[in-house]
Amino acid sequence: MATAPPPSAPSDLRTDEITGPSPVEQKDERWHIRVRALTKSFGGPLVLDHLDLDLERNKVNVILGASGAGKSVLIKHFMCLLRPDSGHIWIDGVDVLSLRSKALSDFRRKFGLVFQFAALFDSLTVEENCAFPLKEHTQKSAAEIRDIVADRLGQLGLQGMQRKYPGEMSGGQRKRVGLARALVLEPEILMYDEPTTGLDPLATRNVDEMILEAGERYKVTSVVISHDMASVFRIADRIAMLHEKKILCAGTPQAIAKSDLPYVHEFLRASGIAAVERAEEKLLSKKSQRAGGPP
Amino acid sequence: MTPDDEPTDVRAQPPPGDARRVRGAPNAPPAPAPTSLPELDPDAPTSVGGALWDGVKGVGSPLVRFLDVVGGHLILAGKALSWLPRRPYRFGNYLEAAEYIGFGSLPIVLLVGAFSGMVLSLQSVYAFRAFGLESFSGGTTGKALAIELGPVLCALMLAGRAGSGIATELGTMRISEQIDALESMAVNPIQYLVLPRVIAAMIVTPILSLLFFVIGMFGAFLVAVVLEHVDQGAWLSNLRDIVQPIDVVQGLIKGVFFGFMVTLIGCYQGYNASGGGRGVGLGTTRAVVIGSVTTLVTDYFLSDILLSIFGSGKGH
Repeated sequence: MATAPPPSAPSDLRTDEITGPSPVEQKDERWHIRVRALTKSFGGPLVLDHLDLDLERNKVNVILGASGAGKSVLIKHFMCLLRPDSGHIWIDGVDVLSLRSKALSDFRRKFGLVFQFAALFDSLTVEENCAFPLKEHTQKSAAEIRDIVADRLGQLGLQGMQRKYPGEMSGGQRKRVGLARALVLEPEILMYDEPTTGLDPLATRNVDEMILEAGERYKVTSVVISHDMASVFRIADRIAMLHEKKILCAGTPQAIAKSDLPYVHEFLRASGIAAVERAEEKLLSKKSQRAGGPP
Repeated sequence: MTPDDEPTDVRAQPPPGDARRVRGAPNAPPAPAPTSLPELDPDAPTSVGGALWDGVKGVGSPLVRFLDVVGGHLILAGKALSWLPRRPYRFGNYLEAAEYIGFGSLPIVLLVGAFSGMVLSLQSVYAFRAFGLESFSGGTTGKALAIELGPVLCALMLAGRAGSGIATELGTMRISEQIDALESMAVNPIQYLVLPRVIAAMIVTPILSLLFFVIGMFGAFLVAVVLEHVDQGAWLSNLRDIVQPIDVVQGLIKGVFFGFMVTLIGCYQGYNASGGGRGVGLGTTRAVVIGSVTTLVTDYFLSDILLSIFGSGKGH
């Protein structure tokens, strides 16, 4: 551990190779979120045990893992919605766990969180839901807020839905509204908690496209937690696999697809041939692009 | 039975003369015996001292749970009130909560108030009539409504309506991650959800108690003077003599406390709901039960304190 390479040049696999006494407090151009030795329990067995993780700036970072592995617990630490038993989290070089009260509240505005079931306020209309963060945190006029909300809803294909209530919408539409609400304050980091769970394949594809589009359009660092392999390989620039309370391995989708770690191999295999094939196709396509040949 | 079928663990064999053998048919095979001794609980105490300590802990655990819950309520109240002087104030949330707790509860409070006053007056008139003192029924009804029945019945109505409603609303918000969503949007959920409800209840409950008293006295007057033909002048005169303004003030003070407690309990049960729909249902039930019981229990102690401060008025 002590002989680890500097964090600016991490290995793509085996994050335990990149841990160590590295100057993570400084703002790093590549790594937006850096986690070291994060340990969390809820009074019983450990959920996270000395977990190390780096998430890349302006990329789609997927945290992959089985149900109940602690993915949601992990990302809730980034915003201090949960406090760890020990460990450190630096975001843009800021030790977020040292923040309190007002500073923490201000810091949370860097984030947009899209919940698994959207977590829209069911007593408010779509427009009121999306306007909520703007009303709370800005001095904008009602007309300005209305325009911003209409703009975001329009970009996400939800024109004319302002007056609807969340209960009147489909799961996919609710997730889009959740994303629109997360985007109105122009966050730097967008986190998605199992965005495709419970959706049909077409809605899943739409949500995947939405994640990619939001990442590109708003230049945000996306953090997606998922166990949907097909979706993961469609969207991920970087995958970190959470297993047995730690990050088992992290790297590009190609690196993960090539991994000979038994658990990763098993996870890929169990998730269906299609996902593996898609990963391999993507890998071949990238290789041929690099070689200058036809995709 | 072949020798191979015999249990291998001799400790598990039933002793000779075992009741099962005596009752069974002569050639019936013995009841199947376990092949090994039941496993001991690894956490079981191994000494008399340990067993005693476990017993004490077992007996004390409900007390610990009770103190835990009381502490939880106090912490929630402390956190909520600490947000009171801090921006943003969100007056709209206070008005909305006051509308739900106060205005929404008004019809049921007025209905219950009117009939409480009427039945109390009816019973008083019949009881006092035996002594020819039916004109005192106004004073006794007024005293009871102002000090006790007004605030207590209002609080019970609020526990059933607003307390349960708040517990359900906050519980649903908790399990559908809406409270987490508030936090993720840098909005403190206690300041946003709990504080306005608690403060609004502290303001509207005494008003509801006062209205309960007024409508109750109207009902009492109707029954005593109009229906039972008690002398109006004597009824009003005794009412003025027996019911003092300080009695009404005591009722209002109780209303503030009861409103605070019933709403805080509803908020606590909803805010800490877990376990899906069943958890929300349990929280709602607890909000009503704990809110009602707490109202009745604290009423005694509060009455004792208020009587020692204000006395009982010259009419007593």
